[in-house]
Parts: sequence; structure tokens; C-alpha cells
Amino acid sequence: MIEFKDFVFYVLSLVLISSGLSVITSRNPVTAALSLVLAFFNAAGIWLLLQAEFLAIVLVLVYVGAVMVLFLFVVMMLDINLDKLREGFWDYLPMAGFIGLLMMVEMVMVLKTKPFNLAPITESISNTSNTEMIGNTLYSNYVLPFELASVVLLIAIVSAIALTLRDRKDSKKTNPADQVAVKRQDRVRIVRMKSEEKYIKSKAKKRT
Amino acid sequence: MIGLPHYLILAAILFTISVVGIFLNRKNIIILLMSVELMLLAVNINFIAFSHYLNDIAGQIFVFFILTVAAAESAIGLAIIVLIFRNTRSINVDDLNRLNG
Repeated sequence: MIEFKDFVFYVLSLVLISSGLSVITSRNPVTAALSLVLAFFNAAGIWLLLQAEFLAIVLVLVYVGAVMVLFLFVVMMLDINLDKLREGFWDYLPMAGFIGLLMMVEMVMVLKTKPFNLAPITESISNTSNTEMIGNTLYSNYVLPFELASVVLLIAIVSAIALTLRDRKDSKKTNPADQVAVKRQDRVRIVRMKSEEKYIKSKAKKRT
Repeated sequence: MIGLPHYLILAAILFTISVVGIFLNRKNIIILLMSVELMLLAVNINFIAFSHYLNDIAGQIFVFFILTVAAAESAIGLAIIVLIFRNTRSINVDDLNRLNG
């Protein structure tokens, strides 16, 4: 009799593998992106089976919620000629299949050796939750990498904006440097002219 | 009973699928990026499986950092793709020979 947890594992991994295949073979990039969403979702389920609850939630929030939406935005914004991209799609299949099969066989051979047959852990030893354990470790032993990760994210923000920023020609923005460096001569023009009263009088004299 | 080798073989299958995907979709730069994301997912499954079976939380911390870096990488990669499309009107890898490398 198959255990329920094993059944869940097989269902999740079957859907994960088939959605992975759908990502690499689908004709439309939108379909590929949606299949990737399904793959991430099933991976989150597998992580839940491994009692990594925090990371499973983070995967759904960050990947399904943010990164894949970004992918979908970009895919839908670009006007792509699909036929040209699909030209000769299956040409490299023999080589790709050979290399993939070779990699697969090698990895399975390594995994069948003894060190990987660890005894399964039935119960979590500590009573603390997964999130609490990650928090304790992250903010004690891994503080510096954590701060560096924030710097990496900052660099990503700045570079993504800097790469795609485009100036509009008709925008009425001001240049602060020009505003600070302005001189009196740029703004005020002194005009020499006759005083107004005399001018009017001279005109009246001419008329008579 | 599901053990560590099951998870590792699942991750190996996923990794192989994404390697084959890079071969097949060599012209479509967006699907190449998606294949890289799938590879990172396979690696993360390995990390979490080891973290569970060795009862060591450090593996999950690593997955946390990998997720951070992968999100940054895909954001910059997509920005570059938008830039390429704006300049050449295509995302075909064959057209990206402007640097003449």
C-alpha cells in the first residue's frame, strides 16, 4: 500500500516534469511562461514535503508573484516573429538528446552510490518552526551575506531602470544644475530708453 | 518510502530538461532565460533535499540567497532583452552580432 505522502510526491514531480517539458517545447512564449508558473508551483509543493515551508511560500510569492509577471509583461510587450524563431527547432534534437541522456545517466549513477542513501528523517527534531530557524541562522551567522544580498538587489534596481530609461523630448523637466548656476545676466536685461513723459510730450508737440 | 535519492533524481531530470531546452531554443532568448530559471529551480530542490535529510538549515539559507540573485538576474536580463528589441526589432540570437565578437 502506497503511503499518501509518496503519492503526493509522485503527483507533484510528474506535473513538475511535464510542465518543464512544456516550457522548452511550447510554440508560444506566453504558454512557456505559464508552464513555468505551474512548474514553480509544483516545486513549492515539493519543498513543502521537505518541510521547508518558508522557502515554499517565498517561491510562490517572489517567483510566481513577481518574476513570472515580469516575464509575462516582457513577452506580451515584444512583437516577436515566432516563425523565424522556430526555424530549425528540432535540428539539434539528436545532439541535445544525446547530451541530456549522458548527463542523466551520469547523475543517476552518482546518486545510486552509497553516501546518498541517507536514512529518512521521520520527525523534525527541534520544536521551533522552519521560519524561526531560518531567521535565527540568517541574522546570526549569515548577517554579512544578507546585507550583501540587499546590495545586489539595489544594483539590480538601479541597472534595470538605467538600462530601460528613455528621455521624452517634449517633457518639461528642469535641470537643477542649470537652475543653481544661473547668473543675473541670464534673467535681467537692462534697456536704455527715453523717459515716458518726455516722449508723449514730444509726440503731442508734433501733432499740433 | 520516498528517500533522498528520489528528490535528487527529480532535480537531475529537471536540470537535464532545461539543458535540452537551451539546445532546442537556441534562437529565442526569452525561453533561454526561462530554461536558466528552471535550472536554478533544480539546484534549489537539491539544496533543500540535502538540508532536510542532513538536518542542517544552512542549505535553506543558501536557497534564500540563490532566489535573491536569480530574481536580480532575471530582472536585468529582461531589461537587456527590452533594450535589444528596441534597437534591433527582434530577439533572435542570430541577430545579436552587433559587437562583432
